[in-house]
Amino acid sequence: MTRLSQHKSALALITLLALSAGAYAAGADLGQAVKQTTNWTAIGMFAFFVIVTLFITKWAASRTKNASDFYTAGGSLTGFQNGLAIAGDYMSAASFLGISGLVFASGFDGLIYSIGWLVGWPLITFLMAERLRNLGKFTFADVAGYRFDQTPIRVFAACGSLVVVAFYMTAQMVGAGQLIKLLFGLDYLYAEMLVGTIMMIYVLFGGMTATSWVQIIKACMLLGGATFMAFAVLLQFGFSPEAMFVKAIEVHSKKDAIMGPGALITNPISAISIGMALMFGTAGLPHILMRFFTVSSAKEARKSVGWATTWIGYFYILTFIIGFGAITNLIPNPMDYFVGGDISKGLTGGGNMAAVHLSRAVGGNMFMGFISAVAFATILAVVAGLTLSGASAVSHDLYASVWRKGRVDQADELRASRITVVILGIIAVFFGIAFEKENVAFMVMLAFVVAASANFPVLFMSVLWKDCTTKGAVTGGFVGLILAVVLTVGSNAVWVLALHNPKGSAWFPYDSAAIFSIPAAFLVIWLVSLMDHSARAAVDREGYPAQEVRSETGIGSASNSGR
Amino acid sequence: MQDDLIQRVTSNPKYQELKSKRSRIGWWLTWSMMVVYYGFILLVAYDKEFLATKIGNGVTTYGMPLGIGVLVFTIIITIIYVRRANSEFDDLTQEVVKGALK
Repeated sequence: MTRLSQHKSALALITLLALSAGAYAAGADLGQAVKQTTNWTAIGMFAFFVIVTLFITKWAASRTKNASDFYTAGGSLTGFQNGLAIAGDYMSAASFLGISGLVFASGFDGLIYSIGWLVGWPLITFLMAERLRNLGKFTFADVAGYRFDQTPIRVFAACGSLVVVAFYMTAQMVGAGQLIKLLFGLDYLYAEMLVGTIMMIYVLFGGMTATSWVQIIKACMLLGGATFMAFAVLLQFGFSPEAMFVKAIEVHSKKDAIMGPGALITNPISAISIGMALMFGTAGLPHILMRFFTVSSAKEARKSVGWATTWIGYFYILTFIIGFGAITNLIPNPMDYFVGGDISKGLTGGGNMAAVHLSRAVGGNMFMGFISAVAFATILAVVAGLTLSGASAVSHDLYASVWRKGRVDQADELRASRITVVILGIIAVFFGIAFEKENVAFMVMLAFVVAASANFPVLFMSVLWKDCTTKGAVTGGFVGLILAVVLTVGSNAVWVLALHNPKGSAWFPYDSAAIFSIPAAFLVIWLVSLMDHSARAAVDREGYPAQEVRSETGIGSASNSGR
Repeated sequence: MQDDLIQRVTSNPKYQELKSKRSRIGWWLTWSMMVVYYGFILLVAYDKEFLATKIGNGVTTYGMPLGIGVLVFTIIITIIYVRRANSEFDDLTQEVVKGALK
């Protein structure tokens, strides 16, 4: 490389790095994309995926007869299947394209980022999974409110679920619109309509059975495609990471700097706060928690999360190799992959396209079509899972338990759920269109902060602390929820980047609220419960031994006929 | 659930054994995960030079195996728990359930 082009590529990568450092604070984000030429191979493969999954939906519909089938696939999944489905729920397009793009731009920083997304899983395994299965039926409110006054706890749980679902889903819908321009070369609006319609068909007719199998198929395709890419890259270097690093340092404009931490983590408090949001937020995502009710026993729940952690961790190792593969394969051939053949202008389609370009470099146009189709299918599957969990919060928690006080037959509850699915689908499309030009980078992160500060503390304390009361749990949960949202609004990602206030005017100095809002929620739950001497508090505390026996042994748990 | 059933379970020493054993290993592993992860983040925040130091004469830095190591550690402790629980804890659970329902 000549000195001039080195200089140019340095500039380009500084720009990329600035973007990616922002992305860490804000959650992986696909940003604004420029529409590419129409990619018929990718569209064809995606159409094939849709046809196959619609047939599965038809089969699933024939098995979806009652509420249990609809919400939890009748508890019929095995631990291995559910593990794949959980991994499918969690491995989003943003994490596949975003993390590999971050590794491509700044090497080691991408690895730091991916670690944060994995470390919540062991906690779910050690503390939550089996107890969730033993206590729960359809939603996490069944678990959190096991011994509590149903109305307040379910109102809280539904709020917590719906806020998380709304932000997470909007980010996915906007991401879908950007991706369809990049990957298929189609208009933004097509993405909203496609995702909205197909997702509704999956959930409405096939319920959890169809949603689970869409996740499983997508997880297999994504893991298979990523494995092939990582394998092809390692093959080029005789399976020696050292040789791969040597070549990457040689061609990358940042040279040695890609091998160590860069600009991603500068403020330790922000870094720890983001880490806490990711770690505890994972254990409070309603669409993930719901997946533990789709298996038959605590043992299968435990196996599910073991498999899920393995697959997700393996996937992050692959994205790291893919990012380095993109450095060594794309930078030496600027004519093929960079705007106008000029490294300083960045990758064609933007930094998130590193993995997609690499798929063409190692597998040709057909394989690139496959990877593009998988990346888009990923969004479809995640949105379906989110919609189902949002719908169950409305129909099972709000409608059946709060509004009808549990006096409702299954057909009635199912009808409410399906109506909610349609409403949520329309809202998702509407938000996707409304936020097209907005900066939504903060939304995934906000969803995690709310899940970590509201859902997780309530779930944790109600299951593990005998003196927790309804009043304590609900008050603390709402404090965590409100604090998480308010402080996030005051942070740079929202106050300046999304709401366009002047630079430097953000009044909350850190990138994530979690380090304050999580302890605040726990503290309030603890204090209010201790001071609660109401008659209800006595009932709540008396209910603990029975809850504990069921959560530890599974005696009396739903559809646990083997015991 | 009937009170006498709960009484029978909670008074079973096997139940107490199951509870304390599972809780001990659960918390132990949880804390080790926290120490490893937040330790790694603090290392990134306060000692970037160490992570960027090359191992021997090669180009690979200490940060690379450490970072991948955290990912692998996460997977391994999860598998350790699942394996232990699938054998030991499930056997204990079965005994407790059998004792309670007979």
